[in-house]
Amino acid sequence: MTDIATARPPRNQWWDVWDQFKTHKGALVGMIVFLFIVFFCFVGPYIWPYSATYIDIRSRNQGFSFAHPMGTDQLGRDIFARMMKGGQVSLAVGIVAMVLSVFLGTMIGVLAGYFRRVDGLLMRLTDLFLALPLLPLLLVMSMLFRQPLASIFGVETGIFLLIVTAIAVTSWMRTARVVRGDVLALKEREYVLAARSIGTPPRRLILRHILPNVLSPVMVSATLMLATAIITESALSFLGMGFPPDFPTWGRLVADGIDYMQQYPSRAMLPGIFISLTVLSVNYIGDGLRDALDPRIRGR
Amino acid sequence: MKDIPAPSSAPNPAPDTARKLVEVRDLKMHFPIYGGILRRQIGAVKAVDGVSFDIFEGETLGIVGESGCGKSTCGRAVLRLYEATAGSITIDGTDIATLSQEALRKRRPAMQMVFQDPQASLNPRMTVAGIIGEPLDEHTNWNRAKKLERIYELMDAVGLNRDFANRYPHAFSGGQRQRIGIARALALNPKFIVCDEPIAALDVSIQAQVVNLLEELQEQFGLTYMFISHDLSMVRHIADRVAVMYLGVIVELAPVQDLYDHPQHPYTEALLSAVPEPDPSAEVRKDRIVLRGDVPSPSNPPKGCNFCTRCPKVMDICREIAPETLEVRPGHFAACHLHTHDQTAG
Repeated sequence: MTDIATARPPRNQWWDVWDQFKTHKGALVGMIVFLFIVFFCFVGPYIWPYSATYIDIRSRNQGFSFAHPMGTDQLGRDIFARMMKGGQVSLAVGIVAMVLSVFLGTMIGVLAGYFRRVDGLLMRLTDLFLALPLLPLLLVMSMLFRQPLASIFGVETGIFLLIVTAIAVTSWMRTARVVRGDVLALKEREYVLAARSIGTPPRRLILRHILPNVLSPVMVSATLMLATAIITESALSFLGMGFPPDFPTWGRLVADGIDYMQQYPSRAMLPGIFISLTVLSVNYIGDGLRDALDPRIRGR
Repeated sequence: MKDIPAPSSAPNPAPDTARKLVEVRDLKMHFPIYGGILRRQIGAVKAVDGVSFDIFEGETLGIVGESGCGKSTCGRAVLRLYEATAGSITIDGTDIATLSQEALRKRRPAMQMVFQDPQASLNPRMTVAGIIGEPLDEHTNWNRAKKLERIYELMDAVGLNRDFANRYPHAFSGGQRQRIGIARALALNPKFIVCDEPIAALDVSIQAQVVNLLEELQEQFGLTYMFISHDLSMVRHIADRVAVMYLGVIVELAPVQDLYDHPQHPYTEALLSAVPEPDPSAEVRKDRIVLRGDVPSPSNPPKGCNFCTRCPKVMDICREIAPETLEVRPGHFAACHLHTHDQTAG
């Protein structure tokens, strides 16, 4: 039929994905912004001379200047440095909680959708979690486990773990439901039947045929989850159940800034802008990735 | 039709293909219906209700019948894609109806399936190479180069350009997709392939190509087909023997020429009279047997013969007793009281 010389060996699919991703302008801009924020938060503190916790009471409540690009707060701490430090925590909490929650939701959704035996049990569990009032639950969790975790892992890591698990455990339900619905439809498709006729065991069948095809809704809920996680963390910190008061996070900075909203509006708005920018850029990245991973869209 | 005895000795269609590759005995596939407040089982859809047939090595058994008569279910149950309610399925000497999942998995390479809808039977997120290579990934431990060599070989065999290996299914036409599906089924050198209406979703010109491809491959690799279709002229072209199904049972099974020339069952007669005639003058003269009414629900089949509600030659006995499958002529089986009567009388 064809001479062998013209046949190219199968190319790694990720190159196709990258080619398509590059054509999505929003995703590209989103990725640049996101990388910039990550760079700002994680490399910035090594370059910037001021520490986030250094108190210089004589230079408190200053406006924008070259020495303090975002001014100083009521204790004279440099807000620019606090923004970097706070971003580290917020980004880490947001991303880890998102990954955990999406993993949990996808796993439960796939199991419930694919194995009829556990469907009822898992979906009632999902309903149970959906029916729980989340904020009180979070508060109780953080009250109960705060001390033990802090004594095992140290204050910072202990609270980080607590918050991340608390957010993940209370936010996987939506993903699970959406995924279950999709899996129910997908597992009746003929290509799944074809895979079974080949003798593919359920484990690989799920990984090879089901998961790639539920990627779109998972991707959407993942990008939304990141925003929710950052905001939930700030709500917890605001209520005093998150990180300790002297420990900056973007959510905490917003909460602190609200007291001075009248005199210094930038103090609440700047961390708010950073949260929004992060969420927006991640949403665009998610959008671009979802398109890039779908071969039907990729060709265009 | 609960107690059809298996045809004790199925005759040999051609002397050189004596070996039975597939033996299906009294296969039943009932899907439970749940209802009421407690979701108890209140009935069952008897999609396949006691079917027995043999397929000899190298032959093509056509399965025909109208929509909803259980053809596809039968095909899927034979490969144990559904857990059959009752009956035995012996493929190449092993009863696969009772095998454990792991043992069944090891037998899978010998039996494969080509699906009806080439649009739905290929994973949209896998490349052609990935789709054709999946059986190889599952059942061989070859290295990448060897698998790729085999994939190219298969693509050549079904007439696909090797350059298409990196493309995704959405980039292909229906006929090309069906070729991909056939290449996947061929990957492990199967002996037996169930073709579940492989041409129903294709254009007529493409249908001929695909059927010819299937015939070529049969010759080349010595394949045995179970060819499910509702296209009577296509079955006449490809099949060696034909089984006619109605409401979950086989009403007639005969070598293809015999069945088309001398149908023994009233349902087969009606079915054959519905085949369009290419010659308009013959078309006018032709007497069509038009069946009245609808197929009864498979969850509640009529008493006696399944066909008694629509049969033009219905007798009193048909409404009472289900007819047994009898060998009316050598190699020609039918389940009808017209012939029971003949035999008892003669």
